[in-house]
Amino acid sequence: MEQQGVEYIFGLSGGAAMPIFDALVDSSIKLILTRHEQGATHMADGYARATGRPGVVLVTSGPGATNTVTGLLTALMDSVPMVVLTGQTPSFNLGKDAFQEADVTGITYPVVKHSYLVTDVRDVPRVVSEAFYLAQSGRPGPVLIDLPKDVTSAPCTAPDPGPPEIPGYVVPARAPKAEIAKAAELIAKSRRPLLYVGHGAVISGAGEAVTQLARKLGAPVVNTLLGKGAVDETSEHHLGMLGMHGTAYANKAVIGCDLIMAIGARWDDRITGKVDAFCTKATRIHIDIDPAEFDKTVTSHVQLLGDARQVVEQLLPLVSRLDSDAWLAECAQYRRDFPLGYPDGGGLRAQHVLDRLNATTEGKALITTDVGQHQMWAAQFCLTRENRMWLSSGGAGTMGYGFPAAIGAQFARPDTPVWAVVGDGGFQMTLSELATAAIHKLPVKILIINNNYLGMVRQWQELFFDNRLSGVDLEGNPDFVKLAEAYGVKGFHIHEPGEVDRVLQEAHGYNGGPCLVEAHVVKEDNVFPMIPAGAPLEDMLIERPDKKMDKPVGST
Amino acid sequence: MAATDHTHTISLVVRDKPGVLVRIALVFARRGFNIESLSVSPGAIEGFSRMTITSNGTPGVLEQIVKHLSKLVDVVFATDHGGDDALEEEVALVKLRANADGLAGAVALARERGASVVHQDDGRVILCCHGGSEAIDGLLSSLEHDHVEEIVRSGKIVIDRGESDFADLLGGAPKSVPPPAR
Repeated sequence: MEQQGVEYIFGLSGGAAMPIFDALVDSSIKLILTRHEQGATHMADGYARATGRPGVVLVTSGPGATNTVTGLLTALMDSVPMVVLTGQTPSFNLGKDAFQEADVTGITYPVVKHSYLVTDVRDVPRVVSEAFYLAQSGRPGPVLIDLPKDVTSAPCTAPDPGPPEIPGYVVPARAPKAEIAKAAELIAKSRRPLLYVGHGAVISGAGEAVTQLARKLGAPVVNTLLGKGAVDETSEHHLGMLGMHGTAYANKAVIGCDLIMAIGARWDDRITGKVDAFCTKATRIHIDIDPAEFDKTVTSHVQLLGDARQVVEQLLPLVSRLDSDAWLAECAQYRRDFPLGYPDGGGLRAQHVLDRLNATTEGKALITTDVGQHQMWAAQFCLTRENRMWLSSGGAGTMGYGFPAAIGAQFARPDTPVWAVVGDGGFQMTLSELATAAIHKLPVKILIINNNYLGMVRQWQELFFDNRLSGVDLEGNPDFVKLAEAYGVKGFHIHEPGEVDRVLQEAHGYNGGPCLVEAHVVKEDNVFPMIPAGAPLEDMLIERPDKKMDKPVGST
Repeated sequence: MAATDHTHTISLVVRDKPGVLVRIALVFARRGFNIESLSVSPGAIEGFSRMTITSNGTPGVLEQIVKHLSKLVDVVFATDHGGDDALEEEVALVKLRANADGLAGAVALARERGASVVHQDDGRVILCCHGGSEAIDGLLSSLEHDHVEEIVRSGKIVIDRGESDFADLLGGAPKSVPPPAR
């Protein structure tokens, strides 16, 4: 792993993993001891998303390994390169219900890109080399290596295996010329083009090429939650995030376009709403490195299999300025007609706090989020300017992700200000990592948007379930500032709108270690715009509806 | 898309690794699909196996399944046979138990249909028949039910008539395959 350039391992020790922990004593790799294995996986995930290099996790067998499952799912759903090493009972005990034995490869099959159970120490160099290659190549993902204790205790003299050879494993790079030409031909006919940018553009570093393409064509840009930052969201024809809680102007552009090009995006159900009604009249072009994404939900007219950056660079010389001035003006008008907003007054608003966070950081902070209302408001108001500066659990929607991911990101980028925007619900799932952040004096800033509710679920219950609240009241929340102080972490309260700027500035400038800001926001606010799950984009709610809503047909 | 269910026959060449069958089964199970038959045998090259899977489903979902099978790292190739170019065979072993009428009639019928007797003792006969799945279905339905004690079928195995995507791995000169794993 030293040969693979691993800087940090995030993990928690245990019996079956002791030989590996022992080896770390003499290694250049720095071990970050976490307080829970889930925290370790999200830290490795945050490290990986912030750098593009694989995050590495080391845990023990049994419960140590099963505690990584949520982190594996999170990484798989969002294509994050990660290598997870799990200790295992000695190979002669496999299947005998030994202490802390679990069938870890069996439990994790559906949540890994690939996995290994190593039973011969001579396989270790090859397996490690393959694991790192698989984790980062093609569509990245987590790879798990289950290591029985007798294997990790044995001396290994196997030679360097050389570059991995995996028959049938193909990494697409450039798309076929004929398909590129077909796409260019369709693009040339468009008068209302739209570039829909996803995480694949972030991963491949396609942002600059996409920005050039947008300028050359005269095409507006929208991005997914995970695509934030590939193209500067503050640039002129960028319409922000699309989808369920995207901006109204982004979604109106999706409704009105005559051509939509997905660049490393997978037509997720958060984006499309009702698939049968999504962009039915538009020409649809799909760029993806994973052929299994083609025609999975939305069908496309041209499918460009390859690396997002390389494919966009292939397209660039073949396209020219479109007759799209009227369309760009129409999109600009949508932005003026349906701006993002929030009520002025009525207490402290999460949107206000996040709007000011964006101003305080001047968009130059790396922001991680948890999952829920705060996540959507942060996505709307904290515009991302650079690649790998926005880390959020999209596919899995993992509460508890934001804070440990911020720790991993801060290790990766010690000179970048890192803010973890979290809710009071999610933060409590992984807050034990306050100790990890405090020990390493990491200047991570935690902003808790505290409404004492599981707010997104409460919003749904209000809108779709006759406000019959069930399982959403977080009565019993601690005083988070006191809790932080118990860990030796500096804490701030925000109660009034007038305190927002002062506290955020003070926290932003504080670099003596972690600090925590608890913003006591109004309890019952809702995220708008909103497209009810499974509804067509045309049904977007810009504000709170007057009439009773039907239960959504889509999931969550 | 027409949502008509069809039986699909999928051929795979896979790396011969522990867990590969589970990974493949999960691709079906996750979508609520049942594997109807499955046959695994060593491939022409050490370290690789050939699988034939039959499953029922709509063409769209089966296409996704094949794509996700191909995506598995241990799967070298996966393809859904259209049916036209593929040669399909199956083997069945049928154990018949004598009743009052004896077994002679059933054995004669089976022999007429190309089955052979592979075992015989006082009260029982074991027949072996091979051929298309429909032919075997036909034979089984024409044997009297009270005669049949046990049936074991291999599940379909399939090979392309012409040049196949798998030629490399089925005996031709391998191009993309490294030497057998140690």
